Amino acid sequence: MNSIRIANGQGFWGDNVDAPSKLIHYGDIDYLTLDYLAEVTMSIMQRQKIKNPEEGGYATDFVKLIDSCIDEILSNKIKIIANAGGVNPHACKKALLEIANKKKLTLKVAIIKGDDIYNDIDTFIDNGEKFSNLYTGESVSLIREHITSANVYIDSFSAAEALAQGADIVLCGRISDPGLVVAPCIYEFGWSKSDFNKLASATVAGHIVECGAQCTGGNFSKWMDVQNLENIGYPIASVNEDGTFQISKPDNTGGLINRFTVSEQILYELGDPKCYISPDVCVDFTSFKLEEVSDNVVGVKGVKGYAPTDTYKVSFSYFNGYKASGQLTVSAPNALQKAKKSAEIIWKNLEALNLKYDKTCTEFLGLSSCHQSLVIMPDYINEIVLRLGVKSNAYKDVLRFTKELAPLITSGPPGITGFSEGRPKVKEVVAYWPSLINKNRITTKVEI
Amino acid sequence: MKKNILEDIAYARSGDKGPNANVGVVFKDKVSYDWGLKKLTSSTVKEYFGTMVKGQVERYELPNLYALNFILNDSLQGGGSETLINDAQGKTFGQAILMMQIDF
Repeated sequence: MNSIRIANGQGFWGDNVDAPSKLIHYGDIDYLTLDYLAEVTMSIMQRQKIKNPEEGGYATDFVKLIDSCIDEILSNKIKIIANAGGVNPHACKKALLEIANKKKLTLKVAIIKGDDIYNDIDTFIDNGEKFSNLYTGESVSLIREHITSANVYIDSFSAAEALAQGADIVLCGRISDPGLVVAPCIYEFGWSKSDFNKLASATVAGHIVECGAQCTGGNFSKWMDVQNLENIGYPIASVNEDGTFQISKPDNTGGLINRFTVSEQILYELGDPKCYISPDVCVDFTSFKLEEVSDNVVGVKGVKGYAPTDTYKVSFSYFNGYKASGQLTVSAPNALQKAKKSAEIIWKNLEALNLKYDKTCTEFLGLSSCHQSLVIMPDYINEIVLRLGVKSNAYKDVLRFTKELAPLITSGPPGITGFSEGRPKVKEVVAYWPSLINKNRITTKVEI
Repeated sequence: MKKNILEDIAYARSGDKGPNANVGVVFKDKVSYDWGLKKLTSSTVKEYFGTMVKGQVERYELPNLYALNFILNDSLQGGGSETLINDAQGKTFGQAILMMQIDF
């Protein structure tokens, strides 16, 4: 039976920079998928593009990766599928082709178009699209003027078509995360839109590998059983023509793949398991079986899928005010009491200035910021990091907050330190507005 | 009966879904899973997390993996980039549930 090896070398923008090249060198892979995007990333990229339309708005790490590995990628015929194009895939493509030209190599780069609807929002709204919030039902008119990006999670068939046209690199915009794995399967095995079980199976494979090392022993409950985490292997899905697949990692890497590391990742960010909606198919996550095939290899079979919905998910990001958070380290004795007193002083000072915030936050790192009300109070606390935060639509109010922390070192209780980073920075809040659009309103196409 | 904690019979991982967190609990075997089906209900989990979860807790069953998936509604003080809390994505909620004392 035909089978292809698809690796994931990047679970998010900021993941291990060496993971993709290690997979290229040692993974014996056919396809390398790289996920650079999150809701907030799109918005950051949209802003970069506004500042610099020629060169901004895509994942620059990706271009550096191709620069270092282009010979090996082409000689080993490893195809790459990445959502690195962000909101400016043309600029990304141009940078990639410049690398190839310099080395006198021929590189075919395809762009999948149609996911970025930022410039068409008004047209859609004029034509009756509501873009109501998927969770709250609120009208998009509430945030219309603050929208900073708008992307449709498109299906995987255009990316598959790009591979059929001979692309070495497929630059997707907002393809679904598992779609990066589904696309090469569609192309290699000729699956159709109604091969629901097969599409569903590849979607599960994509879901398992989409967060990189989180299925190979990273973030695992029994972390003490995982060998060599410092050289953790990133995942490879070997998908068969019938949709069944196995999860493995390159030989001589650290990490651990067993029923439990894979199961933990299957449950990661999962909603209703009977109805996992992707643009390609609806997947029943209660349908399949896991099997430990050999050391660090887990097989999956029996995945059931159903017809997809008639809508695509649309992800809007919008500007929603400002926030800042900063911290002070407070030592023993009486660390908690002194931290509480310091917080009280800062909040009182801001109140005296008549500053009102939409949200404030007081946390005691080292004690209770993670498990909050569940924390069992220790007999003695050696030190605490006091962390304070505010959010407001008024920039100047947030800026004022950032100036209130440092003075505590000389004017508050004794034994306060940890302010070498200076005043905290004011950040824009980029909020997320999930919505739906009818599939027949969106046209995707391949540009090669 | 000897007091155990959930970590003795299960694995867990958590993450965010907008303003909500999800906590996936994978039991070691069928006996543990059957215990979880009976005892680790949406109401026991809601009670355990207390003030950390402002909304309801929903539970989904995955018998094929001996796993339960819990959605902790409104538990991230806004979530995404709107929240101010240190664990903005509920990454540590999985570790929290594993410390639950259980009668197993």
